[in-house]
Amino acid sequence: MSGDPILSVDRLSMRFGGIVAVNDLSFDAERRKITALIGPNGAGKTTVFNCITGFYKPTSGAMRLTHDDGHAIQLQRLNDFRIAKLARVARTFQNIRLFPGMTALENLMVAQHNALMRASGLTFLGLIGAPSWRNAEQAAIDLSRTWLDRIGLLDRADDAAGNLPYGDQRRLEIARAMCTQPALLCLDEPAAGLNARESAALSELLLSIRSEEGTSILLIEHDMSVVMEISDHVVVMDYGVKIAEGTPRHIRDDPKVIAAYLGADEEEAIAVMESGT
Amino acid sequence: MSAPPAAQTSRAPGAAFILKKALISAFVALVLFSLMIGVRTEAGPQGQLIYWTRFGDLAAMVAAVFGGSIIVELLRQWWGPVGTVRIVPPSVQTTLAVARRGIAPVLLVFTFLVPVLFYDERYILDLAILVLTYVMLGWGLNVVVGLAGLLDLGYVAFYAVGAYSYALLATNFGLSFWICLPLAGILAAFWGVLLGFPVLRLRGDYLAIVTLAFGEIIRLVLINWQTLTGGPNGVTGIPRPTLFGIPLTPADDGLAALLGIEFSPTHRIVFLFYIILALALLTNWVTIRLRRLPLGRAWEALREDEVACRALGINTTTTKLTAFATGAMFGGIAGAFFATRQGFISPESFTFHESALVLAIVVLGGMGSQLGVALAALAMIGGFELFRGLDQYRMLVFGMAMVLLMIWRPRGLIGHRAPTVFLKSNQAISSDLVKEGHG
Repeated sequence: MSGDPILSVDRLSMRFGGIVAVNDLSFDAERRKITALIGPNGAGKTTVFNCITGFYKPTSGAMRLTHDDGHAIQLQRLNDFRIAKLARVARTFQNIRLFPGMTALENLMVAQHNALMRASGLTFLGLIGAPSWRNAEQAAIDLSRTWLDRIGLLDRADDAAGNLPYGDQRRLEIARAMCTQPALLCLDEPAAGLNARESAALSELLLSIRSEEGTSILLIEHDMSVVMEISDHVVVMDYGVKIAEGTPRHIRDDPKVIAAYLGADEEEAIAVMESGT
Repeated sequence: MSAPPAAQTSRAPGAAFILKKALISAFVALVLFSLMIGVRTEAGPQGQLIYWTRFGDLAAMVAAVFGGSIIVELLRQWWGPVGTVRIVPPSVQTTLAVARRGIAPVLLVFTFLVPVLFYDERYILDLAILVLTYVMLGWGLNVVVGLAGLLDLGYVAFYAVGAYSYALLATNFGLSFWICLPLAGILAAFWGVLLGFPVLRLRGDYLAIVTLAFGEIIRLVLINWQTLTGGPNGVTGIPRPTLFGIPLTPADDGLAALLGIEFSPTHRIVFLFYIILALALLTNWVTIRLRRLPLGRAWEALREDEVACRALGINTTTTKLTAFATGAMFGGIAGAFFATRQGFISPESFTFHESALVLAIVVLGGMGSQLGVALAALAMIGGFELFRGLDQYRMLVFGMAMVLLMIWRPRGLIGHRAPTVFLKSNQAISSDLVKEGHG
């Protein structure tokens, strides 16, 4: 595929001792598109995510992120928090990692840490209550309020995040990632544990993020209904290598994918893949 | 806030359970006390060993443990299982909430009036100064332990750095207390950063051990660097603070002479009282303020989930360092005050015992709660003095009080967390959601 990729992963490999979790993987994620990374359990999807978001240092390979202004960043050279801060790659986690003892609003405020730190003059302006800081804080609260409204949690803004129902926590985590104003949003199984209605709402939210915010999305997902409905491009992994990529329709009919995804039982695989349409 | 109605009955252990538990406790007591109380040895007139048995006392002790264990277990059932909220009528709840909101201002006003109310009672004034010093230390450590969730067992090191900074700067260079106060804070903060760097990778128990060692290192350096610190002899003749350059002495240029009133040593005590009160309130104000700034919010987020913090682009290294530095700064300022109050300091004042005491205040108060820490300092320091009449049983009573408190309020006196920002209603967050941090 050609065009304007926001992220190009080039021959990425990740080894843990003798185990090769990701082997020579290359793919592109298009700008302002939703790219899905799918594959059976243990295919190495989350490892790819951890490499992209700096939680792992890849054994070899390159990941280039190109911002809208053409500025390119080699992600494998940044580490830790810098990928989120400088490259503006935000992520969510497979097992939700909110700040459970803080309110929904506070969770979104923490996400705006770097912008607010600058506005508070590295705390000193904030400590004396400078007007510029107060304006910045109000703007941050307004942004949080907008996102709480978008995910339908405005009424529960002052509730502890740990007290929210599971589906709400999933959406709050996405909103928190969006509050960092990312260029690329990486979602690790956002639909896991959601019921059909919540999944549908999630699809809608992700589509609106793509169209309204212009944020590119990379997601890992097992829920085929979500993948088939919203992705523009699908990359299929198995045993650490890419076995196929293309449009959802193309992927659905690929016999290699069907075989890998659900073992040899092709008929069952077809049934599952079709249920997602 | 409502508890599930079944919570009370679902986990009510029967008589057999209580009896079994009491028997186990009694057995442990028997093993422990059989040699401590059961047998008494002494050197005879010719140096031979004489011993006699006190089985009566031993039996009484074991019986006391047995009975006490049953009582504690019954009390626990009466209070309901740990972690659930007892069902209280709403009217009582609102009254409690009002009382809780009122307690801080009432305490503050009372504290301001202490020198007026107890002007003639030097003992109470001294005790109040001591309590306020620990309130300030508790609030300082609260930043590190309560907010950032970093377990620091060597807090006394910063207290010592502050105290020696002032003592040495004042005795060697003649700098005044008010210039040294911020200097002591800055120096302590510097040491906080210095300690912070190597320990940033450590978590939980490992962090606790390294900070413990750091506290000991500082103390040992103070003892052994005789040329600078005077070693075990300490530093003497530390100048007293002045009021804008006016000393509080009976001399002709003293405050009493200038105001035309009769000199009394109590003036200085009252002056010291208001200094430490102001310093403690400054600590409190800064901490409350910081909590509402991105830095303070990042500290709390760090305590909740460090991995998520990194995913949001928060520099966890500098965030931890600032927590260490801020806590250390307040410790250092409190140390400078300690030095000027005592007029004499030696390494003996900065043992691990002090670190443990301040940490106990923070944990007992409820990690992160400003009011809780103040109440805990009052209870720990003031309460300890209260039991002075009990003589040798003082420690026993005190230990028992702490055990009981930890049974009923495992998350400290004030366990819930107040949000730093809100849209509509500022509702407290129950303690079982708030994480304690793991280093």
